Amino acid sequence: MKNALVEIYTGLKSLFIGLGITIGQFFKPTVTVHYPHETLKIPARFRGHIELVRDPATGKPKCFVCKLCEKACPSDCITVEGIKPEGAKRKTVTNYRLDFTKCSLCGSCVEACRDGAIRFSREYNLASTNKEDYIMDLFKRLEAEGGTQNPTQPTAGGEPQPATATIPSTTNPHAGPASAQVQPATTAQVQLEAK
Amino acid sequence: MTFSLSSEPIRLALFLVGIASFVGLNAAYLVWVERKGAGRFQRRPGPTEVGFAGLLQPIVDVGKLLSKQIILPAGVDATLFRVAPLLMMAPALMSLAVIPFGESLAARNINVGLLMIFAFGSVNVMAIMLGGWSSRNKYAIISAARVVSQNVAYEIPMLLVAITMIMVTGTMNLNEIVQQQAGYFWHWNLFRLGVNPLMPVTFLIFFTCMLAETNRAPFDMAEAESELVAGAYTEYSGMGFGVFFMAEYANILLGCALATVLFLGGWQSPFGALPGVVWFLAKMYFLIFSVVWIRWTFPRTQFYGLLNLSWKILIPISLVTLVLSSAMIKIL
Repeated sequence: MKNALVEIYTGLKSLFIGLGITIGQFFKPTVTVHYPHETLKIPARFRGHIELVRDPATGKPKCFVCKLCEKACPSDCITVEGIKPEGAKRKTVTNYRLDFTKCSLCGSCVEACRDGAIRFSREYNLASTNKEDYIMDLFKRLEAEGGTQNPTQPTAGGEPQPATATIPSTTNPHAGPASAQVQPATTAQVQLEAK
Repeated sequence: MTFSLSSEPIRLALFLVGIASFVGLNAAYLVWVERKGAGRFQRRPGPTEVGFAGLLQPIVDVGKLLSKQIILPAGVDATLFRVAPLLMMAPALMSLAVIPFGESLAARNINVGLLMIFAFGSVNVMAIMLGGWSSRNKYAIISAARVVSQNVAYEIPMLLVAITMIMVTGTMNLNEIVQQQAGYFWHWNLFRLGVNPLMPVTFLIFFTCMLAETNRAPFDMAEAESELVAGAYTEYSGMGFGVFFMAEYANILLGCALATVLFLGGWQSPFGALPGVVWFLAKMYFLIFSVVWIRWTFPRTQFYGLLNLSWKILIPISLVTLVLSSAMIKIL
């Protein structure tokens, strides 16, 4: 009898403690990010789909069609084509096809690239109802960004670009606090509204 | 609000419209309150996109439900299937006719108001049972069986508490019960410890039983969506489900209104001055908020836990309060 009463008392008490906790949460501010209206800061090491890197000196893609990324890709989603212009020492890329429907974002291509010619983009708004949208021509994408200042492109001698660094990204999986906080000031793709 | 005898039909018509719109509006906007509350309890904002602070959300929801077809699954008992939602909604509407919202703001001030509410309150159980049984769906039938055993279990402590209250107040007229609680808040039945020192416990039992009778979490065994799809409502679509959903909130409204009348002094002001309908609504909405608060705090009980709570704890304690208050009344 005594045990039963003690059990009822402690049980009832625990219910009121629980109510106290939830009402405490009720009056705290919400933590929701109202997505289309506001977005979080994209970390510097965010691994989106890959993109070609422009050579700051020439304005052309750095890629010289060695096809190491094509070979490194376990899902067989990269196809690189290029030509060798007259008098040039290296080939230049003319068609860099990424089949993003098969890509698992493993990053082997970025690791395999000898010249830092590809890197992860910060693109994450990839929803589409059309499958063709995921078969991307990265060369055309770079060309389209062409004349305008590419926001994710490194400014000359500027901020750290960990994804384009020649060090394979696996050796430095976490960006240092300094590089994580540095963000391009004029990112058009994502509205950087710091919470 | 004084009416001469000749205006009685007009008065009743006004109350009919008033109660129907009050219930409809509340059923719609309590869903909004529920969703907002659920959000805030989980540090989310709840509905925000439709209208200011999501205030148009219920209208959009109702529009969606109205535009959907009510599918009659093969082999159901068509009449019962269609009648069940109405059977759940109607008693709540009828019971609100005797609730005194203000001093003279009751559609019918009858002497057996409390009895009438409990009589109609039991129909609610039958409605869910019929809905579940006529659906010809195994989950719905399990749910129907659960509802019956749950409500048999919880009707008993609830009625024992009601008997205690009738003994303490000496009347079943709800308006008189409220008038007896005039004055400061310690005159409310909840704090009348002189009559029965276990009065707050009685209120807790009443509130718990009210949650169980209206099938609210943590006692929502009838609609345990993690086990029974949607319980008795599994086969309902469109406004068939919508009426069930609104009736659930109408029943919560009724339960909280009754708790306010019985224990929290109805339309009496807590400071002994300016009694009015505002106080009634404030107390009622506080209780409704508590219902939402409880739902988003406690996980659903298991079925045997639910029955154990009623038969092993609530019924004995409510019997104790009944005996205690009758002894106190006899002695004092």
